[in-house]
Amino acid sequence: MAIPLPWWLTVAAALFAIGLYGVLSRRNAIGVLLGIELMLNAANINLVAFWRYITPQALTGQVFAIFVIGIAAAEAAAGLAIIISAYRRRRTVVVDELDTMRW
Amino acid sequence: MEFIFNLTPLIPLFPLLAFAIIVLFTHRHNRLSSSIAIGGIALSTALGWTLVLATILSGEHAWAEGWQLRVPWLPAGTTVLELGFAVDGFTAAMLFMVPFVCLMIFIYSQGYMKLGQPDQDPRYARFFAYISLFAAGMLGLVVARDLVLLFISWEVMGLCSYLLIGFWSFRKADSEHHIDAAQVVRARQAALKAFITTRIGDVLLFSGIALLYSYTGTLTFRELFRPETLETLQAISLLGMPAVTVIALLVFGGAVGKSAQFPLHVWLPDAMEGPTPVSALIHAATMVAAGVYLVARTLPLFIAGFVVADAPALHWVAVIGAITALLGATVGLAQDDIKRVLAYSTISQLGYMMMGLGLGSLVAGIFHLLTHAFFKALLFLSAGSVIHGVEHGAHIAAHNGHGHGEHFSPNDMKIMGGLRHRMPRTFVAYLAGALALVGIVPFAGFWSKDEILAEAFHLWRADGTLNLPFWVWLAGTLGAFFTALYMGRQLGLVFWGEPRHAAARHAHESPSSMTVPLIVLALFALLFGFVNAPFLGNPLHHLMGNVHEVSEVVHAEAIPFNPTVAGISTVLAVAGLLLGWSLYRNYRAGQVEPFQAALGPVFTVLRNKYYIDDLYQWAIIRPAVWLANFCFNIDDRWIIDPFVDLVGAAGRAASDIARVLDSGVIDRWFVEGTAQLFNAAGRWLRYSETGHVQNYLLVVAVTILLLLGLYLYF
Repeated sequence: MAIPLPWWLTVAAALFAIGLYGVLSRRNAIGVLLGIELMLNAANINLVAFWRYITPQALTGQVFAIFVIGIAAAEAAAGLAIIISAYRRRRTVVVDELDTMRW
Repeated sequence: MEFIFNLTPLIPLFPLLAFAIIVLFTHRHNRLSSSIAIGGIALSTALGWTLVLATILSGEHAWAEGWQLRVPWLPAGTTVLELGFAVDGFTAAMLFMVPFVCLMIFIYSQGYMKLGQPDQDPRYARFFAYISLFAAGMLGLVVARDLVLLFISWEVMGLCSYLLIGFWSFRKADSEHHIDAAQVVRARQAALKAFITTRIGDVLLFSGIALLYSYTGTLTFRELFRPETLETLQAISLLGMPAVTVIALLVFGGAVGKSAQFPLHVWLPDAMEGPTPVSALIHAATMVAAGVYLVARTLPLFIAGFVVADAPALHWVAVIGAITALLGATVGLAQDDIKRVLAYSTISQLGYMMMGLGLGSLVAGIFHLLTHAFFKALLFLSAGSVIHGVEHGAHIAAHNGHGHGEHFSPNDMKIMGGLRHRMPRTFVAYLAGALALVGIVPFAGFWSKDEILAEAFHLWRADGTLNLPFWVWLAGTLGAFFTALYMGRQLGLVFWGEPRHAAARHAHESPSSMTVPLIVLALFALLFGFVNAPFLGNPLHHLMGNVHEVSEVVHAEAIPFNPTVAGISTVLAVAGLLLGWSLYRNYRAGQVEPFQAALGPVFTVLRNKYYIDDLYQWAIIRPAVWLANFCFNIDDRWIIDPFVDLVGAAGRAASDIARVLDSGVIDRWFVEGTAQLFNAAGRWLRYSETGHVQNYLLVVAVTILLLLGLYLYF
């Protein structure tokens, strides 16, 4: 218990902000995907930290974290597949150019 | 024998079927249509004569034992109006004459209606359809068991008379066939006149029937004429008279209209605008006979009214008959149209029939009806043959270049003359008809007219005072003289002397389809009187004498032959005939008529038919037209239509306002405004949809941050 809970939360928040920044600013779709991974992991840190400091007797935090990791893996697979597919079709992975879903 | 009577309904049905078949299927085929019509009436004739024979043989002549068939026809509330067919001695007598004369007229029509008409004239078939329906009406009337069927048939005939009298009104004016526009208009007016005039009588008759039904609850002759029913009717008081008298007078009103009795006789002469076979059909065998038949059939009502003193419905019949007989005979003296003379003769002879019935002698009246049907049909058809011959003569004259080109009427006796050499068969037939009409022994008219006069004479002598039968006898005898006079004039004008026109000079005999019926009818005109000749034992009396209950007013037995009566009327008839003939046989064109020279202003009165038509024109038609115009003006000009127009204009104004409101405000601002608003909003808002996923995410993130900040702040 050397490090208090707010520190963990600060790290997680920083990580989330970095991830969000990446998602919003990266032009490369893979970069956006990486940013999402960072945001997910920030959430994981929060889950684990809250479990450790608030309810150590229940396993919910850990289990949630494992779910998130699993889903993140699936999401990464699906996202990459979409990116590859988009690349094959449009010969680009720049998000600004993938703008057909508009008026 | 019974089964033959079961076929009675077929008698009117055959011509009715012929009518239906022609109208529905064969109206494009002229020859076929006329054959169907003739076939229908021929079947009726055959069946009718079979029934006559069966009636005579069966010996059952009265209603009491007479044969009947009933059909429920109109269920009305708790009662069912039935119509039925029945045959008794009286019906049998009519069944001998009606279909046969109709058959002769139909056959004649086949030749006559081709006159100057192309064979493909569609009205030819229509004509045969109409006359078939007409015959069906008359036959239905004759075999009616009750007033229901009788009235239906009566009205069918009314309709057909309208259609047939106005038959030429469908033609176009055509100089080739001597049809001018005025003639077409006259046909139209004559048809209307006949229809409306007889309608006056029909309304009276219908009121009588309605009264009868409301008082007795039945319309069958047999039940109506039961003594107890008649006594009930006598006991009821209506308008200060016994109800039975009122009813009898109403029924007589119907007969006055249909049988052209004074004062409703005016339609009959005008009805001559119809084709000549129609004149024969209407004025001899069917329509005008219907009125006489009706009075004869309902005679017990008249007698019941007679027996209850001081309300003698029967006297009215005799008086009207006598007036009509004299009126018709005198007007006939001064007419130029060959058919009009015959028309007034018909009116006069119908008066004789009414006289006979009014004296209470069913047989005398009906006997004259039967003989008259034969010889008057003969006269009309012969007149048609004469007209036909003259029209053909006009064609030939025009072809040879002798035609004067001016318009002339082929009916005008003044242009004829000397036709006895040119149309010998027609002449013989005409002569037979004329002698029968005038009443020369042994022609049919002598026997029947003599019986009526003998009846009147007998009733006068039995009483001894100058009573009604005396005046009736006097009118009848004078009428007989005038009858002879106008027939003598007609014979002299038409058949003797020199032709007074190119058309008459070139006239020639008609085809045999026309002359054969003439010869047949001429035989009947000669011989038919013997069916009731006194020296043969008055066979007709045995057939129909006891159809109605015998009472002191009506008698079944014939009056014995009276030489005085017969002598007086024969002398007068011969004198009249010779006088008329000798005065007119050398008549020249343009000469003043001998009668006119002799009678002076009286002749003018006669020529103008006692001004009765003018009186009606002045007293009834003009006010009616004025009233119609007045109503028209109220409706169209003064009140109703302006009001309607006003309402319409108000509606239009209101709708104009509504239109402005609708298109200017509602459409412009609410409907289109809403659409424009959303259209503009969409046009502006769509720029927020960039399609860049990171923009959307940024919006999401910022929104979450804002919401989070709000949450934390509050």
